[in-house]
Amino acid sequence: MTPELKGFLLLSVIKMVIVFTIIMVGVALLTLMERKVSAWMQNRHGPNRVGWAGLLQPAADGVKNILKEETFPAQANRWLFTVAPALSFIPALLLSAVIPFAAPLPVDFDFTLGPLGRFVHHGPMPMVVADLPVGFLFVIAISSLGVYGIALAGWSSNSKYALLGGLRASAQMISYEVAMGMSLIPVLLLSGSVSFSTIVAQQQAGLWYVMPLFLSFFIFTIAGFAETNRLPFDLPEAESELITGYHTEYSAMKFSFFFIAEYANVVTVCAMIATLFFGGWDIPFTDWDRSGGVLPTLATWLVFFLKVLFWVFVVMWIRWTLPRFRYDQLMALGWKVLMPIALAYIMVMCVAIYVVERVLGITSPVLASLALFALNVGLGILVFGLLDSGVFIRGSGYRQQERLKERGARTARAAVAG
Amino acid sequence: MAIGVKVMKRPEKQVSYVRATLKGMVLTFKHMLEKKVTMQYPEQKSTDREHGLGTYSLSPRWRGTHRMLTDEQGRSKCVACGLCPQICPANCIKLVPGEDEQGHRYPLIYEIDEFRCIFCGYCQEVCPEEAIHVGRHYENSEYSREGHVYDLERLMAQTHPVCEMWDPSDPKGE
Repeated sequence: MTPELKGFLLLSVIKMVIVFTIIMVGVALLTLMERKVSAWMQNRHGPNRVGWAGLLQPAADGVKNILKEETFPAQANRWLFTVAPALSFIPALLLSAVIPFAAPLPVDFDFTLGPLGRFVHHGPMPMVVADLPVGFLFVIAISSLGVYGIALAGWSSNSKYALLGGLRASAQMISYEVAMGMSLIPVLLLSGSVSFSTIVAQQQAGLWYVMPLFLSFFIFTIAGFAETNRLPFDLPEAESELITGYHTEYSAMKFSFFFIAEYANVVTVCAMIATLFFGGWDIPFTDWDRSGGVLPTLATWLVFFLKVLFWVFVVMWIRWTLPRFRYDQLMALGWKVLMPIALAYIMVMCVAIYVVERVLGITSPVLASLALFALNVGLGILVFGLLDSGVFIRGSGYRQQERLKERGARTARAAVAG
Repeated sequence: MAIGVKVMKRPEKQVSYVRATLKGMVLTFKHMLEKKVTMQYPEQKSTDREHGLGTYSLSPRWRGTHRMLTDEQGRSKCVACGLCPQICPANCIKLVPGEDEQGHRYPLIYEIDEFRCIFCGYCQEVCPEEAIHVGRHYENSEYSREGHVYDLERLMAQTHPVCEMWDPSDPKGE
């Protein structure tokens, strides 16, 4: 092993430990935040007994869950039943490895550590565990693996409710995966790269992609909610219909693992939104954050954290505002609304980017983004107008009206026949 | 349709999901900023007069744990007439009457099983001497069933306010 490789490995291990710790602690605190936000939205205080303002509540929950009895349902497939929580937990944590969370930090060292030999590293270290060139393709690929855990959990429990939950999860994931992937193609068109680092750099040069690619952001956010099985798309859980669906039969720490996976997924989707559409760790209106050094790295880390926290809050806000979709409405929204919009948007953006860059010859990224933003305002008004007009989704009174009409026709026919 | 089923008027054509969602989100956000209404139980209690949360305060007619009132010499007002065990629908009052040298009757044993009591308040209503009362008090958990049997001393030692079915300004109900 060359000293450079050893230095790289050392830094990677340190980054892994840091990111893993932050994600695990953050996920634990998110369960508290969820309970607090839900309480505040219902004029309650939320957990405030364990520790200051309830800050130790996640620890208390964790200890309790470890001490609980592990139950195995009769006739359950024991092997898959045990493996399923890990299968949904591992992809969720894996995703946190590829998202850059701060500006690159210049690290220079050259030292020898006993029998391990010489460690060397020079130059900026990207603040991401693995700076993959395939970027968000990796995220899309791995995030859809999470459904195996849920589907297997549902199947191996040998329970009707759990099986229904697992089935719903797979159907939902497949339908929203398509719209999600398509909503990211305009990002690829505009940035010319799938690597997160490049996308962040492009947004620093121009505008945050939420402006030139607003509809992509909109579709991605909705699909992201569905991917994480959060309300209003929590059909796999559906307490009131399926008594929490796929994890009905789970207890103790295995049950907690599903929750850790769910919250880790929420963090990932929020980090994706922040990175792809809100400039990642970019601090707006300044170039200081790219100057290199410890202070800009810490500041950009904080900014990235705040952006993710904001989106996590929005996710919770929506959870405690909207009721659950009916199953056919969910499918209709995925296949009949989001996918056509995403497809049409890809075509429109293809033409628009070609026109802006080749025909009009705008080379300044800010001006190009502004031109695309103007287009997006028009498209946004059109799409929201259509969504709002009730063309896509009819009111629930519509079917009743249809039934009444049919009954009327039947009586008329009977009258004629009689 | 024979029985009056209430049919909800559902929207037929125009459904505004985007606007409705935004409206709902504004509503929930407003609630986040509002005053919290939960009573913080061990610190705040319904029996507190000071907390200023009128909604939680106990009714003046709340019937809770019993209390035996005492006279000026600190003896119980009870004359062991036997009306309260007679009226008690749950049969939870045990009374053994005694008589001293001057011919005053007093209870030798007076026990109320708060576990069997249904807190109807008949004992208070029937008592001719205004001695036994139901109180405005509700924290009476114990570690054993026996702990729920209150003897005369314990009933006299209770200090909580009594149920205001009984009007102190008109003690004989006249």
